Amino acid sequence: MDIQFTEEQELLRSSVQRLLRDQYDFEARRKIVASEEGFSRTQWGAFAELGLLAAPLSEGAGGLGGGPLSTMIIMHEFGRHLVVEPFVETVVLAGGLIEHVGTTEQQQAFVPGIIDGSRIWALAWAEKSSRFDFANVTTRARRDGSDYVLTGAKTMVIAAPWADNLIVSARTSGDGRDRSGVSLFVVDRRATGLDLQSFKTIDGRRAAEIGLREVRGQLLGREGEGVAALEACRDRAIGALCAETVGAIGELNSATLDYSKTRKQFGTTIGSFQVLQHRMVDMFIAHQEALSLMQHLSLSLGTGDAGLSRLASGAKSKVGYAGKFVADQAVQLHGGMGMTDELNVGHYFKRISSVNIQFGDPAFHVLRYAQLDAAA
Amino acid sequence: MELKLSREDAAFRDEVRTFIAENYPPEMHVPNPETDLTKEQSLLWHRILYKKGWIAPLWPKEYGGPGWSVTQRFIFEQETSRAGTLPPLAFSVTMVGPVIYTFGNEAQKQKFLPQILSGEDWWCQGYSEPGSGSDLATVRTKAVRNGDHYIVNGHKTWTTLAQHADWIFCLVRTDPSAKPQSGISFLLIDMKSPGVTVRPIITIDGSHEVNDVFLENVRVPVENLVGEENKGWTYAKFLLGNERTSMAGIGRSTRYISKLKQIVKSEIPADDPAHLEFLRDIARIELDVLALEATELRVVAQMARGIDPGPAASLFKIRGTEIFQDITELTHRAIGNYGLAIREHPVSANRFMPGPEYGHTASEKYLNARKLSIYGGSNEIQRNIIAKAVLGL
Repeated sequence: MDIQFTEEQELLRSSVQRLLRDQYDFEARRKIVASEEGFSRTQWGAFAELGLLAAPLSEGAGGLGGGPLSTMIIMHEFGRHLVVEPFVETVVLAGGLIEHVGTTEQQQAFVPGIIDGSRIWALAWAEKSSRFDFANVTTRARRDGSDYVLTGAKTMVIAAPWADNLIVSARTSGDGRDRSGVSLFVVDRRATGLDLQSFKTIDGRRAAEIGLREVRGQLLGREGEGVAALEACRDRAIGALCAETVGAIGELNSATLDYSKTRKQFGTTIGSFQVLQHRMVDMFIAHQEALSLMQHLSLSLGTGDAGLSRLASGAKSKVGYAGKFVADQAVQLHGGMGMTDELNVGHYFKRISSVNIQFGDPAFHVLRYAQLDAAA
Repeated sequence: MELKLSREDAAFRDEVRTFIAENYPPEMHVPNPETDLTKEQSLLWHRILYKKGWIAPLWPKEYGGPGWSVTQRFIFEQETSRAGTLPPLAFSVTMVGPVIYTFGNEAQKQKFLPQILSGEDWWCQGYSEPGSGSDLATVRTKAVRNGDHYIVNGHKTWTTLAQHADWIFCLVRTDPSAKPQSGISFLLIDMKSPGVTVRPIITIDGSHEVNDVFLENVRVPVENLVGEENKGWTYAKFLLGNERTSMAGIGRSTRYISKLKQIVKSEIPADDPAHLEFLRDIARIELDVLALEATELRVVAQMARGIDPGPAASLFKIRGTEIFQDITELTHRAIGNYGLAIREHPVSANRFMPGPEYGHTASEKYLNARKLSIYGGSNEIQRNIIAKAVLGL
């Protein structure tokens, strides 16, 4: 099961690689993260121009129809360069939801702005007590004419400070953790009654806590079917995040290997110590396993296999643990240097730590993998 | 777990406990004492212990130590760490002080020891260099004798809190032609000397704990040489032994575990399967702590009978740091989505932190704890020590 890229996919990969190599080295990225906004609209524009923001979306919805494999190709390269721009949030999460559950009118209204880079989106699903459960929603939406009015609070909304639109989950019926009764809404980020408190994430992105007081929103997808839509959306996001992690793992491994061949202590390179050789072999194996499972998931996302969601959880767990292991060891083997803000190694460590929390940590997903098996 | 204490020792323990409860400065109770206190604030407790005569448990009475037994010293260490007090300046009291009273001359003892005890002088450690981490014997900072001065040139790194320091004790090379270990001297350098520059190193948690220290043609009076020229390696090893004894960190781990239990209780509903998983993970760590504590007590009991603990310090360092990393990781996981945020520091500059207060330092602690298995002799080096010194491999 090795993926043979088509000519088109190869072209996509090499063009992303070229763009990032020329414009997104570690120093350029540092400047972007330290800037007032914390991300680069210029880069975002370049992504749009290259067609990246259209690549995975279906032709029916106005995209290029590259599907999950194009997401995989893009995110793998983004992982290697620690890209902070909200591709996952805008294209994979919001774009994917609009494509899969939006009406034709909504696709026509929203997809062009995503593709041309003019509108940024974020997904607000988490709440104070929700942990990783999409169904644990207390934010309320009540019908008001053809619209809805939302009241409540959302937490940890990545990219919200940059966003023009939000997709917000809110309860239209039921209580507590009822799966049914949760619906999705498109909200203008600058809408009246929407309050936003921004902060930085551990990996240098921006996120926000969001308060909603009688905020107008339009329904996305069917009323009461928000959890199912979010679960499918999470599977696709996991594909993207796994590719990103595998990209980061590859960079960490090659940086660590290089370092071990040049760093000398006790009169020899540290790479000549057997204990460190074995450690790096385990890091290599972790990379291979993560890469394989990530590709397996990406292929399955394309064909919509049965048991897809279970596989997604399995991959999130396995790739997450692999990332955690490699990141820990990469810092350890770089010694004090691995602890510094100056070297890129610590930044990969933080990105992997951050990805591991998003949509549920590896422990959450291994349990879900087990539970879905028991339920089958 | 407690040592079987004699009546006198039990009374001593109660006295220490009461003293801490009544005297620990409230302004030192901040979210993260290691990074959040100013220089002045972090010296408050040091000064209180100094006034009480408890600042240097390790030191002989003639130099200002309290004259405690091994058991009393252990009790004091246990009580202060259980209470979460910020340890007094370790580089001053635990590290350079004993080197000076053991190997220094009379003039050095009189000049430096009182200022170390009172906290008037803040010391930092000039050991590591960019090319000399685990392999400390290869230090390249050069000290060349010129009349009654040494001229020092070199680059020290990972220097903890050098930004506050008045003095730095340095390993310098005085004989470039000798074998690495034989050409090193132990030199005391005034941080105000011309040619000393401190450059901050920001770490992945966004904090400023460590620094580069550049030494350019720094003139150091010959009287600041400790012991004999080219014998510095002996003193350095003596000092590193002191550094590693207190790394089991039982008190700290115990405190963080009880905080973690509170977080799990508040964050994860009892009917969530993750709840049970956390309880099991926490229990496993508690057992690790219990086993390490029992080992520590066993070693202390042996030391009290005059038995040399050997490289037990390496075992404490390895397990103590691994356990604490496990705790910080689990705490970071316990706060769920809030683990994505990180508190205000030079790099992240968050003025607003989301989520409940008990989670506000979880991210920075998790990131910062990665250093534990690297510094003070990496855990790989500690394993080498045990392999060689205990197992005879």
